[in-house]
Amino acid sequence: MNVVVIIFLLTGLFFFAIGVLGILRFPDFYSRLHAAGKSDSLAAVLMVIGVALYNLQEFNVGNLLVSIKIMLIAVFIYVASPTATHAITKAALVIGVVPWAKGKGRK
Amino acid sequence: MKAKFATFIIMLIFWVVMSGMFDAFHFSLGVLSCLLVAFFSSDLLFPEEGKPWLRELFGMLCYLPYLFWQIIVANLQVTYIVLHPRMLEKIDPHLFRFETTLKRPISKVAMAQSITLTPGTITINIHENQIAVYALTEEAAASLPGEMERRVAKALEIE
Repeated sequence: MNVVVIIFLLTGLFFFAIGVLGILRFPDFYSRLHAAGKSDSLAAVLMVIGVALYNLQEFNVGNLLVSIKIMLIAVFIYVASPTATHAITKAALVIGVVPWAKGKGRK
Repeated sequence: MKAKFATFIIMLIFWVVMSGMFDAFHFSLGVLSCLLVAFFSSDLLFPEEGKPWLRELFGMLCYLPYLFWQIIVANLQVTYIVLHPRMLEKIDPHLFRFETTLKRPISKVAMAQSITLTPGTITINIHENQIAVYALTEEAAASLPGEMERRVAKALEIE
């Protein structure tokens, strides 16, 4: 059981790390948002599953309810994260942040 | 009336999960507040009385595994791009628009959220039937609307 939990947490951590690396490496505002807002969608869910499983090690009704609550965090992230990403992108487009185009090199 | 009852049941399940206490006092408090909420604001959850929302819920449940699979695949693609040593050659970000055949507002929103959730593409705007998308790579752009739109239509486009 512990091994499964550790695998979940590590894969989640890996995708978060990729997200951070993406923010540092991508050339412009919009593609950075890709990295920032997206790797969450998988990484956060993996970590939340890991934590919920860890909590379920001693199985009883109370622990089950806590695990369901933990999983609700994932549901919330799935609704909130794309909405926030969309709002930020639209705002940037409205005030006229210029997207990076191929061949411009690093800003 | 049916909508009010359904709201009550959903609220009650949520209450039980959240409180975790099953004694008479807490449970009756829950039933009371769920009744009040269901009575006053069931039209927030089910705006159009008489719509086949059960069928809608079922469609959505069938759609979720596909969405999750897409998220995993797309995440791996972005991981590959991020870790690629010559990343700037790999990406070709651009903005494009496409026409959607989806009619109902709820399915348009589901489509937009799915596009944003799958890495490589962000929905910027929906205007009438046009969805504006900012894509990170050529392949990510080419995959739209395609399969995802068909799945959303199957899940949520009910006459």
